[in-house]
Amino acid sequence: MAKVLMKGNEAVGKAAIEAGCRYFFGYPITPQSEVPEYLSSELPKVGGVFVQAESEVAAINMVYGAAGAGARVLTSSSSPGIALKQEGIGYISNAGLPAVIINMMRGGPGLGTIQPGQADYNMAVKGGSNGDYHDIVLAPASVQEAVNMVMEAFDLADYYGTPVIVLADGLIGQMMEPVEFNYVCKKELSPKTWALTGKGDGEKHMVENLVIEASECEAWNQKHFEKYAKIEANEQAWEEYLMDDAEYAFVSYGTSSRIVRTAISYLRDAGYKVGMIRPKTLWPFPVKAFDKWDKNIKKYLDVEMSMGQMVQDVAYACNDKNKIEFYGRTGGIVPAVDEIVEFGKKVMGGDK
Amino acid sequence: MAVIFQKPKALTDVKLHYCPGCAHGIVHRLLAEVLEEMNDDKNAIAAVPVGCAVFANKYFNFDAIQCAHGRAPATATGIKRVHPNKLVVTYQGDGDLASIGTAEIVHAAARGEKITTIFINNGIYGMTGGQMAPTTLPGMKATTAKSGRDPKINGNPIRVCEMLSTLDGPAYIERVSVATPAQVTQAKKAIRKALEIQKQGLGFTFIEVVSSCPTNWGLTPVKAMEFVREKMIPYYPLGVYKDITAEEGK
Repeated sequence: MAKVLMKGNEAVGKAAIEAGCRYFFGYPITPQSEVPEYLSSELPKVGGVFVQAESEVAAINMVYGAAGAGARVLTSSSSPGIALKQEGIGYISNAGLPAVIINMMRGGPGLGTIQPGQADYNMAVKGGSNGDYHDIVLAPASVQEAVNMVMEAFDLADYYGTPVIVLADGLIGQMMEPVEFNYVCKKELSPKTWALTGKGDGEKHMVENLVIEASECEAWNQKHFEKYAKIEANEQAWEEYLMDDAEYAFVSYGTSSRIVRTAISYLRDAGYKVGMIRPKTLWPFPVKAFDKWDKNIKKYLDVEMSMGQMVQDVAYACNDKNKIEFYGRTGGIVPAVDEIVEFGKKVMGGDK
Repeated sequence: MAVIFQKPKALTDVKLHYCPGCAHGIVHRLLAEVLEEMNDDKNAIAAVPVGCAVFANKYFNFDAIQCAHGRAPATATGIKRVHPNKLVVTYQGDGDLASIGTAEIVHAAARGEKITTIFINNGIYGMTGGQMAPTTLPGMKATTAKSGRDPKINGNPIRVCEMLSTLDGPAYIERVSVATPAQVTQAKKAIRKALEIQKQGLGFTFIEVVSSCPTNWGLTPVKAMEFVREKMIPYYPLGVYKDITAEEGK
C-alpha cells in the first residue's frame, strides 16, 4: 500500500480498523478528539460500531463488555481521561481480557494543560488501578510507529489476554506524517472459546472479577504473574541508536526521543561518543538492552517530558542509580534540541 | 411419576447465599423461568452487579459477566453491540444502579440501548451491611443515617422508573413487587414482556422490583414483606410507566 499523509490521531484509528477492530467506545478530550471523530465516520463503513459514551468511566466499561464478548475493541483518550478509565482497566486486567487503549498524553496533573506531555508513565507502567497487575505499554515515536504499534497491540492483547496501552502524546496525535498500513498478524492466536456468546448447546461462559476466598484470589494473581513473566521474557523491545562505540547513552522514548536523536547528531559532530537506547516497550521495560551495553556506558542521560518518571526503571535496568543524569521538561513543554545538547555537554564534560 | 414442578434449568445447583426473606432468590427464579420458557437461556448474557447479587453469575445457568459497581449498563452495552441478536440483561441493586451507576443507567436508557435491566430496590445497601441507599425512605433507619433518613440532611430518595420514563429511549418501564403471590405472577409477566420487547429490538426495557431486606431492615421475613406492602409501595407505586407497544396500538 502506498504511503498517505495522515494526522496521528486519524492514523491510529485507521490502524485499528486495518487490524480488524470493529468496536470503539470513547469520549472527547483534547488532544485526541480526532480519534473518535475519525472512527465515528469510518467504523460504520466497515460494519463496525462507534459509541460516544457518557463518560470515560462508561467507555472503558463498554470496552470491558465488548472484550468479554470476544471482540477486538479500542478506546482512546488523553491523560485526565485515562485517569478516569483506571477502574475499568483494572477490571479488564483482572479478567484477563484483551483490549487496546490509546493515551495521547498531555501535561498534568489534574486538568493540567492540553500541550503534549509524558507524565503518565507511572500511571501506565506502574499501574494506575488498584491491585497487582501489569499492562503491556507500547511507546511510539512517530505516526508510522504509532500505526504499527496499534496493530501489534491487538495481537499482543489477544495472545496474552491483557489490555495493551499505546502511550503516545499530543504531538504524535496532532502531527501529520506519511504512513502506510501493512497489517500482518505475527502471533498464532487461539479461537476465543471463553467469550460471552450465549451458551447455545454448550457450557455457559463466565467473565469473573470477584474472587472472594483469599487463597483463591492469591492463586488468581499468581496466574497473572506467570503470564507477566512470559511477557517480560518475550516482548521487551527497544531501538539502539549509534550504540556501537558509545560511552554515553541517552535513554528516551516517544516524542522526547526524536529531539534527543537530533541532539545526538550535534553532539557526535562535537566529538562525543554518545548513542541512545530508546525503549519501545515501557512495560516490559527493556532491561535486556542495558544488560547488553552497560559495560561500555559511563553515564545514562534520561530525557523525558516529565519530572523523571522513568528514572527508577533505568536505575533498576543498569543496577546503578549513580550512573543516571536526568533532564526533563514538563507541564506541556517540549524540550528544544539546544537544551538537550547543553545537558549532554554538561554531563559528558563540557566543550571538546 | 410425572414431574409437575421443578427448579428451572436456567438456574444452577449452586446454593444461594441470600438471607431468609430476601427477594433476590424469587427474582432470579422468575428470570430463569422466563428465559427457559422463551427457550432463550442459551442466548442470554447477564451483566451482574456489585452488591448482594454479585454472585448471580454462579446461580444463573447462562452466560454472565461480573461488572464494576454501577457499570453494568455500560458493560451490557459493549456486549449487546457485539452480539445484537443475544438477550442481554443487567441485574442491579439500588446502590449499584441509582447511586454510583446513575450516569450509566440514565444514558443506556437515553440511547435506547436494546438491553433489559432488572432493578432490585430494597432501599438499603445489603452487602456492606445496611448503609443508606439512594432509595432509602424518609425516616427509614440505616447505619449511616442512624436516626432515620432526614431529607434535610441526607437528601431525598430517587424514583427511578418515573425519572427514566421522561426519556425517549426506553421502550418499556414497569415497577413490580414480589411481596404477594399475585405480585410475583405480575413480576414474571413484566420480565417476559421486557425480554420480548428486547428480542424485537424495540429499545431499552426496565423492570424495577420493589424488594425486601429483612436482615438490614431488622425485621423478620414476614414483617419485611409487610413493610414492602405498607411503606415501600406507597412511595414507589407499582405499574407500567412506559410502554411503546401500547402507544403504537392506540
